[in-house]
Amino acid sequence: MSLSDVAVPESASPSVATRVVNDFSIQVATVNGSGSQTANLVLLRSLFQMGVPVSGKNMFPSNIAGLPTWYTIRANKDGYVARKKEVDFLVAMNPETAREDVLSLGPGSAVLYDEPLKLDTLRSDLVFYPVPFDRIVGEVCKDAKLRRLVKNMIYDGVLSKLLNIDLAQMEHALKRQMGKKQKAIELNMGALEAGFAYTEQHLPKRDPYWAEPLDKTAGMILVEGNAAAALGCMMAGVTVVAWYPITPSSSLPETLISYLKRYRTDPETGKATYAVVQAEDEIASIGMVLGAGWAGARAMTSTSGPGISLMGEFAGLAYYAEVPGVVFDIQRVGPSTGLPTRTAQGDLLSTAVLSHGDTKQIMLMPATVEECYAMSMDAFDLAERFQTIVFVMSDLDLGMNTWMSPVFEYPDRPLDRGKRLDAEMLKRVGEWGRYKDVDGDGIPYRTVPGESMPPYFTRGSGHNEKAQYSERPDDYVHNMERLARKFETARRHVPKPVVEDVPGAQIGVIGFGSSHFAIDESRDQLDHEAGIKTSYLRLRAYPFTDELTAFLDRHTRVYVVEQNRDAQMLSLLRLELSAERIAKLRSVLHFSGLPIDARSVTDDILGQEGVKAVGSPHHEIMAAGVAGRGE
Amino acid sequence: MSTTTPDAPRKTNRIGLELQPYRGSKTTLCAGCGHNAISERIIEAFYEMGIEPTQVIKLSGIGCSSKSPAYFLGAAHGFNTVHGRMPSVGTGAMLANRKLLAIGISGDGDTGAIGIGQFVHLMRRNLPIVYIIEDNGCYGLTKGQFSPTADLGSKAKNGIANELPPIDTCALAIELGASFVARSFSGDKKQLLSILKASLSHRGTAMIDVLSPCVTFNDHEGSTKSYAYAKDHDEVLGEVSFVPYFEDISVEYDAGTTRAVEMHDGSKLFLKKVAEDYDPTDKMTALRLLHETARRGEFATGVLYVEPDKEDFISLLGLVDEPLASLPLERVRPGKAALDEVMESLR
Repeated sequence: MSLSDVAVPESASPSVATRVVNDFSIQVATVNGSGSQTANLVLLRSLFQMGVPVSGKNMFPSNIAGLPTWYTIRANKDGYVARKKEVDFLVAMNPETAREDVLSLGPGSAVLYDEPLKLDTLRSDLVFYPVPFDRIVGEVCKDAKLRRLVKNMIYDGVLSKLLNIDLAQMEHALKRQMGKKQKAIELNMGALEAGFAYTEQHLPKRDPYWAEPLDKTAGMILVEGNAAAALGCMMAGVTVVAWYPITPSSSLPETLISYLKRYRTDPETGKATYAVVQAEDEIASIGMVLGAGWAGARAMTSTSGPGISLMGEFAGLAYYAEVPGVVFDIQRVGPSTGLPTRTAQGDLLSTAVLSHGDTKQIMLMPATVEECYAMSMDAFDLAERFQTIVFVMSDLDLGMNTWMSPVFEYPDRPLDRGKRLDAEMLKRVGEWGRYKDVDGDGIPYRTVPGESMPPYFTRGSGHNEKAQYSERPDDYVHNMERLARKFETARRHVPKPVVEDVPGAQIGVIGFGSSHFAIDESRDQLDHEAGIKTSYLRLRAYPFTDELTAFLDRHTRVYVVEQNRDAQMLSLLRLELSAERIAKLRSVLHFSGLPIDARSVTDDILGQEGVKAVGSPHHEIMAAGVAGRGE
Repeated sequence: MSTTTPDAPRKTNRIGLELQPYRGSKTTLCAGCGHNAISERIIEAFYEMGIEPTQVIKLSGIGCSSKSPAYFLGAAHGFNTVHGRMPSVGTGAMLANRKLLAIGISGDGDTGAIGIGQFVHLMRRNLPIVYIIEDNGCYGLTKGQFSPTADLGSKAKNGIANELPPIDTCALAIELGASFVARSFSGDKKQLLSILKASLSHRGTAMIDVLSPCVTFNDHEGSTKSYAYAKDHDEVLGEVSFVPYFEDISVEYDAGTTRAVEMHDGSKLFLKKVAEDYDPTDKMTALRLLHETARRGEFATGVLYVEPDKEDFISLLGLVDEPLASLPLERVRPGKAALDEVMESLR
């Protein structure tokens, strides 16, 4: 088993003469549950503290302990933080995968490995650094029971020396990670220094990769999308949270709980200004969201594909009875249980029409952790404005992996609680009808239990403007047309796409969600390697907005990049676009379960354009020593 | 607002409301349906207890039973949810606004089949809600199929006998942690009204299973949920009477034959002439009674189990006193210092 999706190309041996500065990926291959996360985060954070743009991706199995897991850190001076397809530096700690991990590397890569694995006999075109981990850990950690926990810090020490990562930054990162646990800090520092010292004495530098201080992370934070979304939910004033554990969603409610406990406890009474329920399943979670939304609270749940499937019936009720709520879908690989710990954008089509009958759901699609934060607030406002569920379509890569971001802005607008009937409005309309379109935008006025406004009977069965049971054909049609009108109104309120028009570009790229950073990098690759200039439209919501058709009209061919097999976004676009516009669309798909990478996007587009790629990863490595790409 | 006629003072309840706001729209259920009788008792109970109907929420699942919230308390908000999932909607609503009084109407299929999972967890959480099962042992709205409360051997209208044992929702509710469990019969006006009034004083889940014969599909010989069978096999546990806290009257009872249970709000529930040694606050006694009567083909009615002081879900969660739904912005959005602190921890 190997994680890499790179075939081994035949090429020349590496040369130590080249210097590749602040442009490399490190992959740490370990066994799940071996406690490598601290060492990996210290490594990531120390590069970040040096001012080098980084990203950290955990590729883990659906398992608690024993199965292989890989952590990939990418450092890139140009700020490319999507997954890099090629592994430049492998840290092979897992005997089970070491052989295949090494065999799948590109020539010139470096391998740091546990000495007894004897990996250096496998290839002659790699740089090998054997490290006797057990011997070193035995010297720095007398307590045999603790050795397993500090062993991983040794590779941080080795990498500190080999890659020139400031040891003081590692110490700083370690202290941040460990907090006040002085004994643990000392033990880990001992391992870190031992790894560094061993490398100084025994491992002369033979690979081309170097880290150097840079100034590109000032004022930035490192955060996972789920934590960012949790923060957004708290700032959106969420009051009722119902959830059921599922990977990769769980860390969103769990982080939210920790924030709520700290910041949403009433200072005078010590009581909670929120309710969190771990429900019995996803059906109950969404049911609680509907109940709370109906009664006037800002309510949410968070789940992944299987949970979304279970929520289908309630999602239809919310659409038809017009009840607000927010649902996060941290997408993972399906169908069925699929690859529960791997990433995908595979729920778009099913969520857009989630439930039976004619149903249309509003979806927001964050691409960055900052958008996870901001769109959480948008989602609650839109849910109350449109009295329906708003789905926030994140994914495992965005939600669970560590991303750099500018500091989040404190919200500058009040909450939009939507159209609530009050005495003045009641006077104006005379007779209130719960489902009556007073303003012509399809959005009716609602009342909630416990206030002094008129009550109504909420139901998923046919109803007229006054919310009375009705099976009359004209009542049904009238209501369904109003709901369609409401959805049309939503087009003008959802986040608009981000458009980057490049003068003279004939080719456009459409992307969304976590594909963003790979697309960003791919567009530079297309330009630098083949002289292909592209414009870019990043969708941020469904229903689509007018910017989309204008973008299509300005370009001859438009590539829709997405992380699923069936071109789900392209299919959604087809539903709305004219034949001429549909004819311009091409598809770029990535659905291996690994986060999308720029190389795959670039090669796919070049192939469809009939252009042979001049840039290969190895070409890039060699070139990088001469002139930094993108400078 | 209705105009008052000075010469004919209308009858009002203790909060000055007439019966009208407690009534609902006209029933669309079959004539003689037990569910209609239950709706009548609900109207009486809320009226007599003087509960403000605008502070009540009516919830239901799907089925004949679940249509009935439209037929009572027209002045209250109602939510006819999806099949078997009313407990979760009720839970969300009560979390949003703890000041509300929730009444949920379910059926034996809605609770015992599709909704058994949510029923289990509702009982377990002890959410403040009056949860009524209008129990006729069959699916009326889809024309008479057996439900999970149909008795073993009970015959459907087409003569087919039920081959699976029933779920005793009362025993289950007691086992799971419901703090007020009762069973009654839609035809027993007096008992049902007393039980309903007592349940409205209870804080926590009040689960009431009401046998309610289906006149169309399950009211024939061979059915154990028919009027005739229910009348013959109803083992009345004891006369239930309930004295709300606000009724300032002294109640006389014979200590030898009556058990009194004080509810959390000071109201008193009396079980008169109960079987000797019957202690409604003892789970084992209640479960033994349910099993023994079931073995004899009878069903015990009355308040079977009550635990007035059990902590309810809202208080367990430690929520602020005000409804969460109406907290102002400044109480639900932490200040900039909070965001700054989080940002600093991520640098």
